[in-house]
Amino acid sequence: MLEDTTLIAEIVVSVLLVVAGVFGLVGSLGLVKLDDTMRRLHAPTKATTLGIGGVLIASMIYSAVFLDRLSFHELLITVFLFLTAPITANFIAKSYMHRHVDEGDLPPTEGPYGWAVYDAVPEDERPIDTK
Amino acid sequence: MIQAALTFAVTCFALALVFNLWHLARAPGVVDRILALDTMVINAIALLNLYGISQGTPVYFEVSMLIAMVGFVSTVAYCRFILRGNIIE
Repeated sequence: MLEDTTLIAEIVVSVLLVVAGVFGLVGSLGLVKLDDTMRRLHAPTKATTLGIGGVLIASMIYSAVFLDRLSFHELLITVFLFLTAPITANFIAKSYMHRHVDEGDLPPTEGPYGWAVYDAVPEDERPIDTK
Repeated sequence: MIQAALTFAVTCFALALVFNLWHLARAPGVVDRILALDTMVINAIALLNLYGISQGTPVYFEVSMLIAMVGFVSTVAYCRFILRGNIIE
């Protein structure tokens, strides 16, 4: 019974590590191969985040089964990276728009004010009191 | 079996770091450089965790947590500097 658990854990950890390595490689290959900054933004922010999630889950299972030490540090790192990856992607896209995209090329926002990268929200229309 | 998978994953992430370095050197603009640096931080975290698995110590999780935080803050600070010309207004 114990042998079976160890074998299953070994297979799961190995599969997770291989999948994570492939995703990490694909993410960085996309960074080199794709031919436009906005397209290049997709590869690292999605594939590499998935790759690192695989590594961290594999290390969680490994330390729980083989080292008899159930730890949740890895989940902390996974959650942190999954939360921050969209924020960094949004910031990089915004700075790309700021430097390379003209405001006239963008469609209208159909709201009371324009795109946040170019226009500041008017002082009297701010919905939240920021003071 | 785990040893072979670890070797494969380390090879993949090391190759990914080389790709990132290549892109960092040949990127057409500053935004691409920020993107390459952000990806390098993520790949470095993965490599640290793989080293932690192979050594069997939990020390490297704290190290990678710190690197994740510093990497996020530095990416946001750099983007904000490009967007506003200032980091803390």
